[in-house]
Amino acid sequence: MIGDWLDIGPVSQISPGNARTLPVQGGEEIAVFHTLDNQFYALVNKCPHRAGPLSQGIVHGSVVTCPLHNWNISLKTGEAQGDDKGCVPTIPLKVDAGRIYLLREAVLGKKAA
Amino acid sequence: MNAPVQFQPSDTRTGVAERLVVIGNGMAGCRAVEEILARDPGRFAITIFGAEPRVNYNRIMLSPVLAGEKTFDDIVINTADWYAENEIALVSGDPVTVIDRQTQTVVTRSGRIEPYDRLLIATGSDPFIIPVPGHELAGVVTFRDLDDVDKMLAAADKGGNAVVIGGGLLGLEAAHGLSLRGMNVTVVHLMPTLMERQLDEAAGYLLKAALERRGQTIVTGGDTAEIQGKDDHVTGVRLKDGQEFAADIVVMAVGIRPATGLAKAAGLDVERGIIVDDHMVTSDPAIMAVGECVQHRGTCYGLVAPLWDMCRALADHATGSPSGYEGSVTSTKLKVSGIDLFSAGDFSGADGAEDIVMRDASRGVYKRVIVKDDRLVGAVLYGDTADGSWYFDLLKKGEDISGIREALIFGQAFAAGGALADPNAAVAALSDDAEICGCNGVSKGKVVETIHAGACSLDAVRSQCKASASCGSCTGLVESLLKLTLGDEVAAGPKTMCKCTTFTHSDVRRLIVEKDLKLIPQVMQELNWATPDGCASCRPALNYYLLCAWPGAYIDDQQSRFVNERLHANIQKDGTYSVVPRMWGGLTNPKELRAIADVVEKFNAPMVKVTGGQRLDIFGIKKEDLPAVWADLNAAGMVSGHAYGKSLRTVKTCVGSEWCRFGTQDSTGLGVKLERMTWGSWMPHKFKIAVSGCPRNCAEATIKDFGVVCVDSGYELHVGGNGGIKVRATDLLCKVETEVEAMDICAAFIQLYREQAWYLERTAPWIERVGLAHVQAALFDDPDAVARLAARFRHSQQFMQDDPWAKRVAGDEAELHQHLAEVRPLNLEMAQ
Ligand code: SRM
Ligand SMILES: Cc1cc2nc3c(=O)[nH]c(=O)nc-3n(C[C@H](O)[C@H](O)[C@H](O)COP(=O)(O)OP(=O)(O)OC[C@H]3O[C@@H](n4cnc5c(N)ncnc54)[C@H](O)[C@@H]3O)c2cc1C
Ligand code: SF4
Ligand code: FES
Repeated sequence: MIGDWLDIGPVSQISPGNARTLPVQGGEEIAVFHTLDNQFYALVNKCPHRAGPLSQGIVHGSVVTCPLHNWNISLKTGEAQGDDKGCVPTIPLKVDAGRIYLLREAVLGKKAA
Repeated sequence: MNAPVQFQPSDTRTGVAERLVVIGNGMAGCRAVEEILARDPGRFAITIFGAEPRVNYNRIMLSPVLAGEKTFDDIVINTADWYAENEIALVSGDPVTVIDRQTQTVVTRSGRIEPYDRLLIATGSDPFIIPVPGHELAGVVTFRDLDDVDKMLAAADKGGNAVVIGGGLLGLEAAHGLSLRGMNVTVVHLMPTLMERQLDEAAGYLLKAALERRGQTIVTGGDTAEIQGKDDHVTGVRLKDGQEFAADIVVMAVGIRPATGLAKAAGLDVERGIIVDDHMVTSDPAIMAVGECVQHRGTCYGLVAPLWDMCRALADHATGSPSGYEGSVTSTKLKVSGIDLFSAGDFSGADGAEDIVMRDASRGVYKRVIVKDDRLVGAVLYGDTADGSWYFDLLKKGEDISGIREALIFGQAFAAGGALADPNAAVAALSDDAEICGCNGVSKGKVVETIHAGACSLDAVRSQCKASASCGSCTGLVESLLKLTLGDEVAAGPKTMCKCTTFTHSDVRRLIVEKDLKLIPQVMQELNWATPDGCASCRPALNYYLLCAWPGAYIDDQQSRFVNERLHANIQKDGTYSVVPRMWGGLTNPKELRAIADVVEKFNAPMVKVTGGQRLDIFGIKKEDLPAVWADLNAAGMVSGHAYGKSLRTVKTCVGSEWCRFGTQDSTGLGVKLERMTWGSWMPHKFKIAVSGCPRNCAEATIKDFGVVCVDSGYELHVGGNGGIKVRATDLLCKVETEVEAMDICAAFIQLYREQAWYLERTAPWIERVGLAHVQAALFDDPDAVARLAARFRHSQQFMQDDPWAKRVAGDEAELHQHLAEVRPLNLEMAQ
């Protein structure tokens, strides 16, 4: 099991309400979010609208508001909320013993959820 | 104290019984034995090994023992008599050190060897100790067993200071106990919210405020660097940010780790915990495990409720009628007397999940339930937890709550009221003298009378009889009364700030000052926000309002700022940033130009452009490179131009009397002075200034937020201009004779705008809304008004005028610019 997960470090490196980025060589950059509810999510860092960097948006509830044109993107499913249509791939993530793990194959773009 | 103690039963066992050996005389181990005995008392010859030199007790009650509310005798679960009566051999104070699966025996520290047919591992957890320097000093304790409590009590007897590291359940209970025992307690918690795994931001804020009122010092976001000591005994704790706290005792309550050492050494399958199946059997069929030491379906538990279920399944299996355990949903309560707090389930705001929030500021109550697909999926309650078990029951059973949806948040009694499930009906049933608004003492009769007298909107009711005008917790009731009295005639009120509140921007600004509100979660609590943590439109607004109301005291909430203001640069369509250094009054010099040219080359900026605001804009900078770019610009004396901020942008000038044949005054010089005075100030929206040297107005001063047109006899001051989406020429505010007056009025006007306008309202729409006459009256009716406003502006500028770029260059908030790591797929390695 462990081998399928990529350890990306302790939860404390992302403060609540923030996101940090994880460039993937030859793949899509990933944004890892920490919500004010202390949940963690990972998405491809690309808004389904015009590829805005979601990591830079304001996080509220389990939604991030894209910094470019204010689309609201669900951190859980990657779906645009409300009347906007579009979806960005999510990366399965788990927190274990204070560390964040991403599903390796999803990170490498082989299998996005 | 630690000598092995044995309670040997009189040997009446028959030889046929299977030998069951239990490692761990704790809550799960003993419960499992009790469950087995209840099913088949004669089946096993039982021996229990316990590392602790005592009988089995209720560990969770150690907190009340520490707090002085219970004694050890009160919390014993099974006395020595119980072991004797059930013919259980208890070997306490002698931990098992080896499990030999080959010979099916266990060996203890004292060398005792015990054979087993079936083995049960119930070793619980070990407290985690962060390996900071000084963690081995005397006086550093954990909180797990009675010995720990005894150490804390011994320290408390001498009084003095205690530092508790960890603001989770255990840490807070330890802090509470030590504080009741007379110690001066500081809690240091790594995360910004206490008990962050159980509480959301709103409840965490209320908890922190309550503990602070009880005299505890709560440091959130505090990372321990070192435990200081003298003569091998602890003397204090130093945090990474340099803060120091004196300590006679340090309690580490930062988490637990399943105690898996024995199992691992014996070759059982272990991940975080000892892996068990649904019957609590490990990878060796002769060995079972139960309690906090196990991992079942990927989960390790740290609470007792799941243990009861595990023990049931274990006993069923061990006595030959297997039932199976399927995992548990857990709930949490904090055992600190006088603080009611409950949390259960998933409160992460799942998709399609809807939050129902109720706040009652006057009683300090916050309730949030999360509903998804007509099922309750989570609950957080603070201040009133009476309905906790009801919610938890609904949650565990997954009951359809669509029938009671409207009444759910009001609790079981209300929801059970049948007809009352319709809140309107409940309000209709209230008597006329029932109090609707507690803050202002307004009865139902009075509200209805006000509505009949013509108040047909929430806002009208608020202003005419004051109901719901203070904290807003009765807004729902007033809305029901409007509906009942007027039906569809209810008029929509003025626009509220956003969907999270029923208050308008003006209400919120007024109430922040009136009620002395100092933090975003506090505003949300006291003004009954309908969402747990606001939205992308109210968070930035509240952050600004608080910053404006409490200069110097309020700590800016970076997470409530739009990216441009968080990164001090303008985000571009491709996710890069543009950087605009300040050029005071549009003036520059070779040194600045050279530095800009160097930056453009060094960072390969694809474009540099003269802006419409008389300065240079460098495009295409990556967020990682921003601090380095700023360092180079800072080195040439340049600071942030705030081209990204709801703040002063540029002061545009023309050449003026220095050079121009028509110039009447030194417009360039005045522009520079105005920019030096006003830069850095946060405002409701962006703010632009211009100074033209004569009425030809080459600096376009009459389409600026504040414009100066110099004339022979002095300075015409113009306000409320806008050259953007909707062009608006300025209004003439007044005419003055000296530069000093022009500067004072500029400062006063900005402060008035800062204090009164709504967030994201530029001066043009603001003046259209309130009228030029209002602005003139506020500035000039009272001869001291300008001086007072200007003084407030200058006071707040003391705290604003430090270059945000320089702070980042110095390493502030570095994580905003850095990637977490980089993934290189070829070797699947992580690299910084
Ligand atoms: C860079 C610049 C254009 C240029 O190359 O000249 C510019 C660029 C942007 N303007 Fe502007 N405006 C620039 C001068 C102006 C001017 C001219 C001026 O200031 O004299 C105006 C009209 C005057 C005025 O503001 O009244 C102007 C009216 C706007 C507006 C409309 C504002 C309004 O109240 O109607 C917006 C939209 C907004 O702010 O919401 C806007 C928004 C923007 C934004 C910030 C769009 C955005 O949100 O990303 C652009 C940022 C680009 C970037 O990354 O730098 N820009 N913008 C100018 C920067 C000036 C500076 O040095 O700081
Ligand atoms: C102060 C405090 C307050 C708590 N409050 C709550 C609460 O309010 N609600 C809640 O649900 N939970 C609470 N808990 C958690 C709860 O106590 C535990 O979940 C529960 O005790 C776990 O039971 P267990 O049998 O797995 O472990 P334990 O109760 O710890 O029992 C394990 C026993 O095994 C012994 N042992 C370990 N290794 C060996 C060995 N090699 N040989 C022999 N013996 C060994 C240990 O000494 C220990 O006595 C609290 C815990 C603490 C410490
Ligand atoms: S005019 Fe429009 S496109 Fe041009 S800089 Fe301003 S906002 Fe951007
Ligand atoms: S790119 Fe995200 S909203 Fe347009």
